[in-house]
Amino acid sequence: MDPLEIARWQFGITTVYHFVMVPLTLGLGPLVAIMQTMWVRTGQERYLRMTKFWGKLYLINFIVGVATGLVQEFQFGMAWSEYSRFVGDVFGAPLAMEGLLAFFFESTFLGLWIFGWSRLPKKLHLATLWVAVAGSIASAFFIIVANSWMQHPVGVELVDGRPVLTDIWAVLTNNTALTAYSHTLFGALAVGAAFLVGISWYQLWQRRRDGIDTTDARGRVIVGAREDIPGRDRIDHGVWLRSLRIGAVVAILGFGGVAITGDAQAKLMFEQQPLKMAAAEGACHDGTSFSVLSIGNLGSGNCDDVVAIIEIPGILSFLAHGDFDTEIKGVNTLIPEYRALYGTNLSDDPLYGERAGQEINYLPIMEVTYWGFRLMIGFGILAAGAAVLALWLTRKGTVPRSKPVMWAAVASIAAPFAANIAGWVFTEMGRQPFVVAPNPTPGGVDGVFMFTAAAVSPGVTGEEIIFSLAAFALVYGAILVVELRLLVRYVRGGVASAMPELGNPDDAPEKPDDVLAFAY
Amino acid sequence: MDFLPTLWFVAIAALWIGYLLLEGFDLGVGMLLLTSTRDDRQRRLILNTIGPVWDGNEVWLITAGAATFAAFPLWYASLFSTLYIPLTLTLLGLIFRAVAIEYRGKGSTDRWRRMWDRALGIGSFVAAFGVGAMLALTTTGLPIDANGDRVGGPFAWLTPYAVLGGLAVVGFCLVHASAFLGLKTLGAVRSRARRFLSTWGPVALLPLVGWVLVVQVQSGDVITWALVGLAVFAVLFGVLSARRGREGRAFLGLAAFLILGAASIFAAVYPVVLPSTIDGAFDLTISSASSGDYTLGVMAVVTAIGLPLVLLYQGWTYWVFRQRLGVQHLPEAHAVEPAVLR
Repeated sequence: MDPLEIARWQFGITTVYHFVMVPLTLGLGPLVAIMQTMWVRTGQERYLRMTKFWGKLYLINFIVGVATGLVQEFQFGMAWSEYSRFVGDVFGAPLAMEGLLAFFFESTFLGLWIFGWSRLPKKLHLATLWVAVAGSIASAFFIIVANSWMQHPVGVELVDGRPVLTDIWAVLTNNTALTAYSHTLFGALAVGAAFLVGISWYQLWQRRRDGIDTTDARGRVIVGAREDIPGRDRIDHGVWLRSLRIGAVVAILGFGGVAITGDAQAKLMFEQQPLKMAAAEGACHDGTSFSVLSIGNLGSGNCDDVVAIIEIPGILSFLAHGDFDTEIKGVNTLIPEYRALYGTNLSDDPLYGERAGQEINYLPIMEVTYWGFRLMIGFGILAAGAAVLALWLTRKGTVPRSKPVMWAAVASIAAPFAANIAGWVFTEMGRQPFVVAPNPTPGGVDGVFMFTAAAVSPGVTGEEIIFSLAAFALVYGAILVVELRLLVRYVRGGVASAMPELGNPDDAPEKPDDVLAFAY
Repeated sequence: MDFLPTLWFVAIAALWIGYLLLEGFDLGVGMLLLTSTRDDRQRRLILNTIGPVWDGNEVWLITAGAATFAAFPLWYASLFSTLYIPLTLTLLGLIFRAVAIEYRGKGSTDRWRRMWDRALGIGSFVAAFGVGAMLALTTTGLPIDANGDRVGGPFAWLTPYAVLGGLAVVGFCLVHASAFLGLKTLGAVRSRARRFLSTWGPVALLPLVGWVLVVQVQSGDVITWALVGLAVFAVLFGVLSARRGREGRAFLGLAAFLILGAASIFAAVYPVVLPSTIDGAFDLTISSASSGDYTLGVMAVVTAIGLPLVLLYQGWTYWVFRQRLGVQHLPEAHAVEPAVLR
């Protein structure tokens, strides 16, 4: 059995799954750190509660990102040994830097934060969280540097058929990496922010439904309290309203950042991976128009089966070059260029098994690139719109009593996740058939590219990868169910789920210094 | 002499030793949780001894793997692809272990806790065994061809050496964890850990001693045998200290034993990083498997900055959480209830 397709599915599934947890970690981390900073600066109880509650959800999610991240690092060697041999001189370095300069900080200081509540002085304790968050933000940088080198290899020369690193600075400051990194960070912030908005909305709605908060004749909130429900006092209202507002503002800012960086990224991509962008457009022929809706058989592999029925002239040129009349090369122009530059067939090295000598299809799967690109943008706009709406609807201090609107707010948590996933699927699938895309810009070195079909481990059988794929899919699926159920349980519990002393004031330690902060 | 590849061989040996030294007690604690007690407060106590540190310790594994990728890509590619099945199981073990540590206390039913205790115990066992098997096999050899790819099917790696290495790390983790618990806890947990260490310590360490000797017989020289001699001295010191109730010395003796024993192994196999059992010509060595000097130099600078910092702040973490813990320190476990009208 040919391991290639199975190994690709495995990489795709495990990576997309990992990148459901990771943007939440990246986005929520700084928000929790800001909340704790506010608490340390103002001493207001609501910020402490926000820190504890969102911190708890952060940890429930964080651990799954950590656990599935291990698989990411191991599977390059396990399933993609030829890839690892080809790129090792360059690609391993950012991974090792990620461990040494990011993961160690993140994991060690997060441990200090979780267990250090009563053990460290207030400000030092706050600092441990900031260091942990900085660690996770740094880890994103290094892994995106590695990924961007696969999109746009720089800083190397070709020695004996393999790229050899000559300039680490060029790799770390790869323009592809800098735009992708900022794009990813803003996207992650949008995820964390939407999480705050959806969950806070639910809590405010719950307070209204239980008759705790009411409104006056002009619709302004009258905050109440109920002593028989743990944590549902007057401060509780402030916890959720403030979380919601922070979330909505950050979501809007995040979307603005995503749009600006995405534009920069697209301009680079037209230059660096023209065929990816042409496929994202379903653009067969040279032109200037952006397709709003194309029909026809996108998946046929034959570009001329695709017909754009709604298109806006000039916009594609604007996306690529910032003007409205530069012709952008279509698929039918680019494929012959690629065939001339990078060959028509895979090398017939016996290492590639039955794939040896196979013809290369340079066209990415257009239905994935076309729709991936549009879903990314669409869900991004949806998330930003939801945030604007949330700010407007809560201007009088609470949420409407409507249950469907509450559910819509909760459901909108999914939009930025979906945008993130669509974006990554687009950019990774759009890179095919290359695992390391050639660099056609003036800085590029001839011969530094690799076909995915040549990258898979020659010594590993398809059956082994089926086994691991099935095992990971099963375990990941089960863990996702558990994570979601835990998140729901803690969300429904409100702040008291993270601060049991709110439910039972007698439990509160008399001398906090004597009792350790335990997490488990 | 290949200066940079040699330096990196030493660095990777150090990362693996660091991993075994620190995760050794985490994984051992996970396994002991499965067997040692049914009392939930004691179990929580045991788990909380590694609470603040286990995740930071696991990064030593990530860094060891990534550093191998960066410095010796051909070693990384051959070793990891050849051990496809055992590493898949190791990863699953580590996933279960990590999630179990975090999630165990987040439910309040017995069934929930039992489930995660099992995941934690079995996951820790499988991970320790897998890492041990991998390290033993990279010192004793795997059936790889000229390109470094496995010959002989998915289970070609399954040899007595794999089992020996697996048991060696499992045994060491158990012993190391009981020394750690003796050092970190009070009351029943502490006395049980001390008893376990005195009774089972010598037996549990035998496979590790076996692995050390196998490698020495295969390729030892005067220096590596001298390291073995020191390791024997360290382990005797550790075990005797444990019997006398000197917990700090017992822990130090065991740690020194691991460092010296592992050092004797790495020193003996040098400069081969992965021998081929098919043909000595296919052996991967520090020079044939390494990255170029530029990459190794860059990474050496990064490591020279990063690693001392890691030692510093991880050391500080152990200092912050240096107190012994007893069940009396544990707050009550609480159930999470919906904050709504009922």
